[in-house]
Amino acid sequence: MTEAVGFVVAKHHYLFCFALMLTGLYVMMSSANLIKKILGMNLFQVSVLLFYVSAGKVFGGTAPILKEGATLYDNPLPHTLMLTAIVVGVATSAVALSLVIRIHRDYGTIEEDEISTETREP
Amino acid sequence: MIAHLPVFFVLVPLVAAVALPLLCKNLPETGWAVTFSVCAMDLFLSLMLLSLVWSDGPMTYRLAGWEPPWGIEYRIDLFGAFVLTVVSAMTVLITLYGRTSVEKEVPGEKRSYYHALLLLHIAGLNGTVVTGDLFNLYVFLEITALSGYALIASSRMPKANLASFKYLMLGTIGITFYLLGVGYLYLLTGTLNMADLAERLAPLYDNPAVRAAFVFITLGLAIKFAVFPFHTWKPAAYGEAPSAISALLASTGPKVAAYALIRVLFSVYTPDFDYHLIPFRPVAMTAALVTMLAGSFMALAQTDIKRMLACSGIGQIGYILLGLAIGTEQGVQGSLIHILNHAMMKGTLFLAVGSVAYRYDTTTASHYVGMGRTMPFTAFAFTVAACSMAGVPGTVGFVSKWTLAMASLDAGYGFAVPFIVLSTLMSSVYFWRIIHRMYFEGDVVQRDNEAPAGLFLPTCAASALCLLLGLGAFVPLQIAGRTASMLLGGG
Repeated sequence: MTEAVGFVVAKHHYLFCFALMLTGLYVMMSSANLIKKILGMNLFQVSVLLFYVSAGKVFGGTAPILKEGATLYDNPLPHTLMLTAIVVGVATSAVALSLVIRIHRDYGTIEEDEISTETREP
Repeated sequence: MIAHLPVFFVLVPLVAAVALPLLCKNLPETGWAVTFSVCAMDLFLSLMLLSLVWSDGPMTYRLAGWEPPWGIEYRIDLFGAFVLTVVSAMTVLITLYGRTSVEKEVPGEKRSYYHALLLLHIAGLNGTVVTGDLFNLYVFLEITALSGYALIASSRMPKANLASFKYLMLGTIGITFYLLGVGYLYLLTGTLNMADLAERLAPLYDNPAVRAAFVFITLGLAIKFAVFPFHTWKPAAYGEAPSAISALLASTGPKVAAYALIRVLFSVYTPDFDYHLIPFRPVAMTAALVTMLAGSFMALAQTDIKRMLACSGIGQIGYILLGLAIGTEQGVQGSLIHILNHAMMKGTLFLAVGSVAYRYDTTTASHYVGMGRTMPFTAFAFTVAACSMAGVPGTVGFVSKWTLAMASLDAGYGFAVPFIVLSTLMSSVYFWRIIHRMYFEGDVVQRDNEAPAGLFLPTCAASALCLLLGLGAFVPLQIAGRTASMLLGGG
């Protein structure tokens, strides 16, 4: 029991990230609304960002900016990598949203089940 | 100048992509001219690079002069140069073809944006092959993917937007899993450089995190690669895209995903790990065999010819995976040679189908009646490529099927051969249906309504390559063989 509690306390940030990831995946799969799917995708991507950033924390380290009197710094590399990943996520969301605008213009709806009914071959 | 060669492949298309809409918005013709000159330069430079790497060994380039592992390193060895040449060759043919097809499919004021997207896509493809850093690979895969989604949606058909959206959803899941796997590797070793990772991972192979990272990375790339359970995005995405874009995506997309997969398998993790420490071989073998059959079954059921070709492509991906699953030098050689051959075969098929769509605005297979007489050159190119898919000796398809079958038998996996034969038979069925319709059916209503020269010349050039590289297969086979031994020997 204490081992399980110790595990959760030590790795709580990883568990949180995975909970977010699974939530995001579930939202992507179960929503019929296309905008909600995009939100789920964002949630899924954010969980991986948090995974990297949280794992870059060094115990006893301060923010990775040179300061007098500081000996231990957090790892700045995950932060820079995740800045790139955030930009990628923004670009993906932008493309996805413009696709949804076009789908709405062509089909009049952004619910996936209604679109499938409309595109079914007669 | 030669030392800076690796970065040209990324820098030139990228700068051109940004400059094009800014400078050439009101000059629709320059978009094509710039794209074609970039592609032609890429082809010339990649051939030069191939000969350089063949004789002198791998070429590295340090971005901004920073030493690896702190800086990003571009590393081109024989495998990278090989795939780069394949990608450049297909891009040149498709850009030539695209000149005429774009006139019909993209309105004048949007054309500079279309070409900018195309150049971004090419920059992404080149960058994926050139880089030696795992996170850089993620960035380039995403550049390729995002421009791909936009290019698919550039079609005027409403279904294209939906197809692109579905592809976007699945593609993002895949690439995010890849990112997670790379995160595991980074946290375990502190480096993202592929060569450095290979050294640092070696003592960590029994760490479950290393194995989990392998699963995440290969799973993510498998979604891009469209292996069996993750193939659902492919028929719609390739079927609804404009003709030149389907050809481009079909001939370069899976190749670059295969490149990334093979790099992770052999240059980051060693063959020893893949085949002895984890059950990669049985899993990949099952996935490959199921994919081969599933692709062919799905293709049999399609009425739209572009969807049929896309499903057939799913089956062909199974062949590439089979060679990797076998894992011997001949197996990997078969995979590599199929990367080249499938690019040419599928490229030709999609270009031919696009020519028919240009003239007759249809991609339904039942409308191909009498095409043999109406569009003789296009039909002939289609037939050559179809024979190649069916593995007729003298064409490229035969070379890869033979190599893979021999590799299976030599390594003791003879049970794979009936699967190869069965999927070949099914390919023959669904291609013969089209060929029969083209040549042996229907009263001749219209003769010689061939597609314009800008369309059928690249198509015929691609089909000529299918024959030439099938008859003269010893050159690609030698390159593939040497690459395979380099990869398996820990390259």
